[in-house]
Amino acid sequence: MTTISTAIATSGLSKRYRGGQLAVDALDLRVPQGSVFGFLGPNGSGKTTTIRMLLGLIAPSAGNAELFGETVDAGHVGMLTRVGALIEGPAHYPYLSGRANLARYDAADRTADPKTRAHRIEHALEQVGLANAAEKKAKAYSLGMKQRLGLACALLQPRDLLILDEPTNGLDPQGMREIRGLITSLAAQGTTVFLSSHLLDEIEQVCTDVAIMSRGRLVTQGTVGELREGLKARLVVTTPDPADAATVLKEHGGQDVRADGQRVDCYASEDLQPDVVCAALVGAGVRVLSFGIERPSLEDAFVALTGEGFDVAQ
Amino acid sequence: MSLSSAVLEARAVRTRRSLRGSLVVNELRTMFRRNRNLVLLGTLAVIPVGLGVAIKVSTGRHGPGDSGFLDQVSNNGLFLVFATLSLTLPVFLPMALGVVSGDSISGEAAQGTLRYLLVAPAGRVRLLAVKGFALAVFCLVSTAVVSLAALLTGLALFPTGQVTLLSGDTIGMGAALVKAVWITLLVAASLLGLAAVGLFVSTLTDTPIAAMAVATGVTIVCGILQAIPQLSAIQPWLYTYQWSSYADLLRNPVYLSNIEHNLLIQLGYMVVFGSAAWARLTTRDVTS
Repeated sequence: MTTISTAIATSGLSKRYRGGQLAVDALDLRVPQGSVFGFLGPNGSGKTTTIRMLLGLIAPSAGNAELFGETVDAGHVGMLTRVGALIEGPAHYPYLSGRANLARYDAADRTADPKTRAHRIEHALEQVGLANAAEKKAKAYSLGMKQRLGLACALLQPRDLLILDEPTNGLDPQGMREIRGLITSLAAQGTTVFLSSHLLDEIEQVCTDVAIMSRGRLVTQGTVGELREGLKARLVVTTPDPADAATVLKEHGGQDVRADGQRVDCYASEDLQPDVVCAALVGAGVRVLSFGIERPSLEDAFVALTGEGFDVAQ
Repeated sequence: MSLSSAVLEARAVRTRRSLRGSLVVNELRTMFRRNRNLVLLGTLAVIPVGLGVAIKVSTGRHGPGDSGFLDQVSNNGLFLVFATLSLTLPVFLPMALGVVSGDSISGEAAQGTLRYLLVAPAGRVRLLAVKGFALAVFCLVSTAVVSLAALLTGLALFPTGQVTLLSGDTIGMGAALVKAVWITLLVAASLLGLAAVGLFVSTLTDTPIAAMAVATGVTIVCGILQAIPQLSAIQPWLYTYQWSSYADLLRNPVYLSNIEHNLLIQLGYMVVFGSAAWARLTTRDVTS
C-alpha cells in the first residue's frame, strides 16, 4: 500500500477525544517525498490533531499513520529522528537564552552529536536570522523572534521531513518572505515540507501539493495545479453600463454571465477570445473601465470545495 | 598492557564527552540555573543561619532542660546540623521538593516544551528517567545546602569539641563530622519517596500549580494521619513514618532497624510511584 516515495501516509486515521468529539475522521493522506505539501483547513478542522498524531504525541482512536513507511507508535521514537517540527506555535524556557534553549532541545535528541552541537546551533540561528539575539533570554523575545527560535529548533539537524504548523505566524511581512525563502531552499535540497497554514496565498506561493481539511475530513488532495484546474477562469469587465456589457458577452457565447454592480463576468471558455470580445464591447458603446481574465485562487477552490468561507470555524 | 589501558582511557574519554552533552547534564544545569530553584535553596540555607543566631542570642536566658538537639547547640556547634535537619525535614525540605517535583513534567507541559522534547525526540521513558534522577539530585543538594549552612554557622558561632551521643558515648569531632555526612545522606534518601509521588502527580496534569499543591500537601496529610492513633495499622506504610530514624546514627553502636525500614519505605514508594508515572507518561496523549 505504501510506496517508498511517501514521506507521510495515513489510512483511516481518526481521533475521537474523550469528550466524544470526532476531531479527525478517517483521514487518508499521501505526502510524496520531496514535495512541499500544504495542509489547509479552517480553524478547528483537525489539522493540529492530525499533526500531533503524525508526531506520536497522541494516539489515534482508529487507523494509523506512517512516516517513511514505518507506522507511528504513539510514545515511541520511531522515525522521529528524521523529522523536525514546529507544532502549534513555538515553546521555550523563558529563563534560558535562545542559544541555551536550542542546546536543551538538541540534548534531548539522542541522535544529536554533542561535539557538533555548538556549530549546528550557530547555523540554525543564522538560518532564521536570530544570530544577534542568541544570548537574550527567551522571555525578552518578541512574538516573531519566538517563532524564529521555534523554526531554528526544527532545523538543528538536517531532516528528511519538516512538519511546520503555521510557521509564519506572528512574523512581519519581511520575516514571512524570509521564512518562505528558507522553506523553498530547504525543499530544493530535498527536504519534504509538510506545511499547515491558514494563509492561502502562502500555500499557493510555496507548495507543490495541497490537502484541504474540513470538519475533520479530508475534502481533497492533489497538486496545486490539479486543484486549480477544477475551477474555470473568468472573464471580467468593469463598466458603468453593466446591462449592455452582459448582452454583448451573451451574444459572443459567454456562459454563466453574472452582473454585480459595475462588474460583469462570465466563464472564460476557450472559444471566447478576449481580444474579439473587448473590441465588440467598445463597438457596442460599452464604456470599459477594466477588462481581464481572473484566474481562480486557492481560496476560490477552497470555498468551492468546502462550501464555506475560510474563516468559518466549526 | 599499554594497549588495554589506552582502550580504557579512550572509553573513559568517550563516556565523559557523551555525559557532558547529555540530557541529564542539561536537565541539572537547567534545574540549578533557574531562579525559582535558587531562591528555594537560598531560603533553605537561611534557616540554619537564623536558627543559629537565635540560639546564640538567647543563650543564658534559658536554663538547661530544653528538649532535643537545640539545647546542645550552644555547647557544640556541630549539633546545629542535627537540630536544623530535624527542623527542616518535616516541613521545609518537603515543601521545596514538592514544588520542584510537582513542576517537573507538568511545568514542561504547561510551557509547551514537553511536546518539543518528545519530538526532538527525547523518548518518554528516557525523559522520565532523567527527570527522576534530577529530582534525586535535588533531594541531595537541598539537604546538603541545609547541612553545610548549619555546619558553617555552627562552627562560626559556637564552640566545638567532643560530641556526646544519644547513647551517652563521646566521640571526637572528626568522627562526628563523618556521622553528619551520613545523616545528610540519610535525610536526602528519606525524601526520595516524596520525590516519586511528586513526579507521578506531575504526569497527571498540565497545570503545575495543582501538581505542586498536591505534592506539598501530601506531606501534611501524612503528618495528620500519623497523629491519629486509630490509624496505626497504615502508619508504617507512610513515607514520613521513619523520617526521624536518622537520629539512630547518633547511637553507639548504630541502631539500624528503623533506618532500614525507612530506606525500604522510600524504595517502595520509588518503585510504585515511579511505575505509575511511567505507565501514565508513556500512554497519555500530549495535547498541551
